[in-house]
Amino acid sequence: MFGTGLLQGLAVTAKNFAGSFLVRERFVTTQYPEERTKLPEAYRNFPFLVSESHDDPLGTLRCVACQICEKECPPQCIYIEKSRDKKPDANGKMQIYPAIFDIDTAVCMSCQICVEVCPFDAIKMDQVFEIAVTNRFDGLMLDKHALAKPNEYFHSIHPTEAAEVDGRLAASRRAAEEKARAAAAAKAGAKPAVPGPPPPTPGAQP
Amino acid sequence: MKTTSSLLENAPVLLRDWATAFLPARARWFADSLIDIVAILAVFGLLFAFLTLAERKILGRVQNRPGPNRAGWFGLLQPFADGIKMLTKEDVVPAAADQVLHFLAPVVLLAFSILTFAVIPYGRNLVPLDLDAAVVFFFAASSSTELAVFMAGWASHNKYSLFAAMRALAQLVSYELPLLLSVVPVALATGTLSTTGIVAAQAGWKWGLVPRWLVFTPWGAAAFAVFMVSALAESNRSPFDLPEAESELIAGHLTEYSGFKYALFFMAEYFGMCALSGMAVTLFLGGWQAPLPALEFIPSYAWFAVKLLALLSGFIWIRATLPRLRIDQLTRLAWKLLVPLALVNLVTAGFWELSAGWQGAHQPLRWAVAIVLVAGPALLLGRSLGSGIGPRTYRYA
Repeated sequence: MFGTGLLQGLAVTAKNFAGSFLVRERFVTTQYPEERTKLPEAYRNFPFLVSESHDDPLGTLRCVACQICEKECPPQCIYIEKSRDKKPDANGKMQIYPAIFDIDTAVCMSCQICVEVCPFDAIKMDQVFEIAVTNRFDGLMLDKHALAKPNEYFHSIHPTEAAEVDGRLAASRRAAEEKARAAAAAKAGAKPAVPGPPPPTPGAQP
Repeated sequence: MKTTSSLLENAPVLLRDWATAFLPARARWFADSLIDIVAILAVFGLLFAFLTLAERKILGRVQNRPGPNRAGWFGLLQPFADGIKMLTKEDVVPAAADQVLHFLAPVVLLAFSILTFAVIPYGRNLVPLDLDAAVVFFFAASSSTELAVFMAGWASHNKYSLFAAMRALAQLVSYELPLLLSVVPVALATGTLSTTGIVAAQAGWKWGLVPRWLVFTPWGAAAFAVFMVSALAESNRSPFDLPEAESELIAGHLTEYSGFKYALFFMAEYFGMCALSGMAVTLFLGGWQAPLPALEFIPSYAWFAVKLLALLSGFIWIRATLPRLRIDQLTRLAWKLLVPLALVNLVTAGFWELSAGWQGAHQPLRWAVAIVLVAGPALLLGRSLGSGIGPRTYRYA
């Protein structure tokens, strides 16, 4: 019978029309500024600097200004100047810190190579996307004040990777402590081993 | 026919008479006509505005998205935002275009589509122009709109526009015939070409239950189907929107139009759709008659509006469903299915009128013969419609 195909098509559209009112899952649109979808964990765009403490993000940066990322960056959007003094890092070890750390997001191509090469897990990929500015020169140049974000934030956007990084850092910290203790014991001989002061607490575990 | 004299029923006419009561008789006729025109333009202008919104909303819902919902409450101000946007846009006229024709085309198109509103009875005593040959007037005006489409296509001096104009003419030639042939049985059965007469002929109920609308006769149902398919083509609506096929011809005859002239074309398209739907309501769905005697307390113009909106949402539903036809499929459908069906339908209507006096056991026989006369040719023709146009085979060099 001719015409049945047309009726089938009309039935499909009618079902979709009614379904968009009745079935919430069908209605896939998110009303963006008011409601937001959770971004997938693998989503990344621009890098940010991880710091240990929520209260003092600039003082507790993991970055030691080794400049590997600056050298590896294919579009050369990272600019780092080392500090002249040293500050204790998360492990209590005295380290250089970045006096200036700039990323020009107008140039950054989000390749994640800086993240791959960083030996200190100090730079990670961010998930911000509402970054439109009216000035493309100064507005898109992010300095370390804008880049420094606490470890809790890292946990909130990339939970799996952050947990893995935290585990790795804790393990290396333990190994360093063991080594120091062994060295101290070997050196002191008769003297009882005194454990050093506990390191500043790293970022809270999720 | 029972005449209801409730205040609500006569409100529009009373209001108009009250407004012009102080004028002398000659000026009064003129003022009454002006008020009719203003009322039609206001009502259908607003209907056009909200129809565009409803169309976008319904298309959105069919595709599981919300449609426009930012301007105003549920997007109700969207048509006005669109209007302001159209008004403030630059009006670009191509240097090579025929300046006069290019300007005239949207004006003529809109003028002809507004003319068609003059003869539709919107309610009891609510017909702006009660012509004896109203049906002829209506189709003369509505088919002239295709002329304006051709004007637009020719004057733009653009190959896409010209293609659109050619397609518009092909469509006109193909679909004007079944459209008119499907109306002929109505005139045959009611014995009049006046729209008020046709509505009056459909008054009353069989057994106090089934309205005597023409669509409830076998030939009426077939004529209604042919009329609606042809009306889709006549108003250039999907799936027959070949003249402005945006994936093939950019925007067809609208390619070289911008700003408010573009909006006028859209207005004319929707006006044409409204007018043809209104005519279908008048011819086949009993015009402003209520479907049940118990529902007669609702004013007649409300019934007309309900039927009109139902047909218009049908148009939108079809647009949301069907893909566009090719030009050869379009003409094939018209010449090989709709025209023969409309011609056979003339015979069916003739038989139906001749057998009007059959009683008792002859009544089922009358229905059976009429249904066979309608369904048989439709099935036979529908079967052969697709033959000979299998999937195309392409040969590469």
